[in-house]
Amino acid sequence: MIRGAVRYIDRRSRTAPFVRKALRYVFPDHWSFLLGEVALYAFIVLVATGIYLTLFFVDSTAPTVYHGPYLPLQGQHMSEAYASVVNISTTVKAGLLIRQTHHWAANVFIAAIVLHLFRIFFTGAYRKPRELTYLIGVTMLTLALLEAYLGYSMVDDLLSGMGLAIGWSVGMSIPFFGANLMSLLFHGPFPGQSALWPRMYVAHVFLLPVLIGTLLALHLTLVALRHHTQFRRRRETERRVVGVPAWPGQTPRSLGLAFATAGVLFLLGGLVQTNPVWLWGPYHMYVATNGAQPDWYLGWLIGGLRLMPGFDVVIDGYTLVPNPFWGGVAFPVVVLGFVYLWPWIERRFTGDEAYHNIVERPRDAPWRTAVGIGVLSWVFIVFVAGSSDRAAVLFGLSYTGQIWFYRVAALVLPFVFGLIAYRVCNGLVAGERVEEDRKRAEAEARLAHAEAVTKP
Amino acid sequence: MTRLRDALVAGLALLAGKIGGTRESRGRIVPEQPAEPRAELLVLLLLGLASAGAVAFIVLYAVSIPSQTQYLGLSLGLSLLFVAAALIVTSHRLVVTEELEEDYPPEEHVAEQERVVQLLEEGGDRLTRRRLFRLGLLGAGGTLGLALLTPVLSLGPFFETKLYLGTPWRRGRRLVDENGRPWRADDIERDDFYTAFAEGADMEELGSPLVLVRLPPGDLRLPEHLRGYDAGGIVAYSKICTHAGCAIAMYRAPLFQPAEPRPALVCPCHYSTFDPATGGAVLFGPAGRPLPMLPIEADGRGFLRAKGNFDGPVGPSWWGVRMWRPNP
Amino acid sequence: MRALAIALAILASGKHLYGQHCASCHDTANAPSLRGVGPLAADFYLRTGYMPLPHLGVQPRRARVTFTDAQIRALVAYVGSLGGGPPIPKPHPARGNLAQGLHLFTDRCSGCHQVVAEGGYVTGAVPPQLGDDTPTQIAEAVRIGPNVMPKFSRRAISDAQLDSIIRYVQYTRHPLDRGGWSIGHIGPVPEGLVTWFIAAVALLGVCLTVGRRLRT
Repeated sequence: MIRGAVRYIDRRSRTAPFVRKALRYVFPDHWSFLLGEVALYAFIVLVATGIYLTLFFVDSTAPTVYHGPYLPLQGQHMSEAYASVVNISTTVKAGLLIRQTHHWAANVFIAAIVLHLFRIFFTGAYRKPRELTYLIGVTMLTLALLEAYLGYSMVDDLLSGMGLAIGWSVGMSIPFFGANLMSLLFHGPFPGQSALWPRMYVAHVFLLPVLIGTLLALHLTLVALRHHTQFRRRRETERRVVGVPAWPGQTPRSLGLAFATAGVLFLLGGLVQTNPVWLWGPYHMYVATNGAQPDWYLGWLIGGLRLMPGFDVVIDGYTLVPNPFWGGVAFPVVVLGFVYLWPWIERRFTGDEAYHNIVERPRDAPWRTAVGIGVLSWVFIVFVAGSSDRAAVLFGLSYTGQIWFYRVAALVLPFVFGLIAYRVCNGLVAGERVEEDRKRAEAEARLAHAEAVTKP
Repeated sequence: MTRLRDALVAGLALLAGKIGGTRESRGRIVPEQPAEPRAELLVLLLLGLASAGAVAFIVLYAVSIPSQTQYLGLSLGLSLLFVAAALIVTSHRLVVTEELEEDYPPEEHVAEQERVVQLLEEGGDRLTRRRLFRLGLLGAGGTLGLALLTPVLSLGPFFETKLYLGTPWRRGRRLVDENGRPWRADDIERDDFYTAFAEGADMEELGSPLVLVRLPPGDLRLPEHLRGYDAGGIVAYSKICTHAGCAIAMYRAPLFQPAEPRPALVCPCHYSTFDPATGGAVLFGPAGRPLPMLPIEADGRGFLRAKGNFDGPVGPSWWGVRMWRPNP
Repeated sequence: MRALAIALAILASGKHLYGQHCASCHDTANAPSLRGVGPLAADFYLRTGYMPLPHLGVQPRRARVTFTDAQIRALVAYVGSLGGGPPIPKPHPARGNLAQGLHLFTDRCSGCHQVVAEGGYVTGAVPPQLGDDTPTQIAEAVRIGPNVMPKFSRRAISDAQLDSIIRYVQYTRHPLDRGGWSIGHIGPVPEGLVTWFIAAVALLGVCLTVGRRLRT
């Protein structure tokens, strides 16, 4: 049966040599090399559950009155889009499972990309010749953020509607042409929903998934063509790659990871409630709720928006920089810009133009680790600042006090943490060296002792 | 028990033999490693459990029970996890563990690069006016690209930013509640806040929602250009925050002024705090502009009406927000 | 006659308690005078434990009630006798309409108290979560607007509307959590925690099982 299939395929595509090579492709073996795969499998779950949802979601902001089984919304005015999601969540069998799995998959997708990015950054895997692979990966992260934001905004519930208004305001804050660009996208001032919704839908359901999928294929092809990086152990060198072959060794491992990812996502989708939009109610321009937050991967931005003191930069009546620009545009552009440009920034300082197939442990590149930890702690502190109102509610901490603390901390602590990281790296390496010296000395001593015993 | 196990293993071997066909004797590619029958049983057990989970999902889907989402998620999730476990056990114990070593692909192919460059360059050998051609292609390509992008402008009014200044408020327009009932001045009591809309206008329009509060006239300290905007102590502001467009849904109304912060309109998104007594000035938070104020009055029959348009554009700041006022 | 004697005794007891526990603030400029606030206000502040304040200058918060029921009744009677103020309300949430309740709550209350009544923040105060309030206490708070809460009269929120709002608040204690573990009803923050501390940890565990570590 296997022979029949192989023969059939080779006769019609002449790919047998390629398949033989592919089946014995060598995968360097380390657990941290699997994080990208987790993201890939989460993406597959997203596409599968997403397609199912498109069969039930109504992409329209036409007003309707709810007459479904959920009592607190009986007779309430809402959009068709919101009503269809309430319908999926309460009436469609397995609808809520698929919807929640989709939402958890989005969260895990971005978390996996971020962890994968950490691995790439802190081990130097982005260095020549893999810069292109790296750029494609960072672009996928940016697109994933946009895709996820559009996805939960299409539901038109109170929380995401507020988030959409904020997104619009951030767009308006772009100097010179922000208002024009937003007028184009929204077909006039916010809400502009009758035009916006089909655009969000097409972008979320077709344009962005196709774009991400294409970039993903390119990314994986480049990884395969250049071959995966590896840590140095015994036989691994810049010239020789050591690892597990695709068949039979790697296949069950990767497939196992795939099923595990899907399994975790479906377990969460059924057991842990996420985005219960029927509780929030429909969005209206003139109402709001306390405690509204974006999903975690955009939480760093709400921190940025809340930390800024209240001023617009005005020159002679021309509002050059409205306030939301700093937290909503400048902050992510600087951070993502840093991430994009880092391979070249590092090259500028180290002068390292060599090819690298071997990756380093974070401790082996202390200043890269320090800079990475510094930037990461900056983002993280701003992110935590975005939750200071809940901290005021839960722990009684003064909100204004926290805002001032975080303003200072965000500027000072990154340097402190960077310095600590630098020291820790050096300390760990020094400790290893001492350990090595000790082992060598012991071995020599043992040898000398053995010789002394055998010699008469 | 061992008889059952032997039977299962024998059955598997038979099946594998039947499917694989006869193998000619040749050098092995994948090295030999001993079998692990126990591990095989474990994997079979896990696959059996996975099947049970999947069947459970189908059955649970068909019935109507409380907490159905949880049972569906549990059964499907566990089924997938059992498959994962089976695969992982297989990878550790049932599949040959190998460590292969091979060369990384070459860094570059210098000779081939040269051939490609030569090929591309020789292809253009017939041309004499290279620079002009380059210019011509750039010109055509650039302008063509611009032309193809131009229909994007149909998405919306890119140039008409005056649209941001439009609100439904005109002199004499009545203030109504969400049911269309007009507000009377004596409906508006102290220490409470009210939402109003322009009569006849779409409630979801940016310029329509207002927040009304009543302050003791003695407490009002409106700036010069906003004098007379109140109706006997009732002040009306746009309900849309000038920071990032959320509805200003909080009113801080102190019960005991000496111990509590003064009255303020507060936005729940980033806590921009506006003072209704001083024309919507920003007391705290990231808003860069005071709240636009609508001049109102009580008409002869006590209904609240607008006396004109807001003193500034409604909503978040943009480049022209301080350059024009809304249409009178 | 006997009823009159009992009433007078309660008043006297209330006056005595007032002198002991309340006068030190409420008879000075440090606290509002209780003349004219009426039984509703006294009942609210005492039954929630908002009063007595631990010390001046803090927001009144729900606390353990140190007075007995009899003492509270006496104090309420005494404060009521100081004149004026609304009586203790008698809401009927069962008569309310749940959908109207959500609608009104979203419009007037959720800006501070959050749409599922989990509480929130306003500059300078912390509007509490409403899970511990009895219907009477909710009605009382709506009518007097304690601390920086607005005050909603019958004109702004009728008794029937208040019944609906209270019915909705009661619903928020056990709302429809069809999706499973509700993780707090406040949205994305707990969801992010689950993503990182449950999902990411679990999947990292699988990666560690499947892949090799450096030292092995």
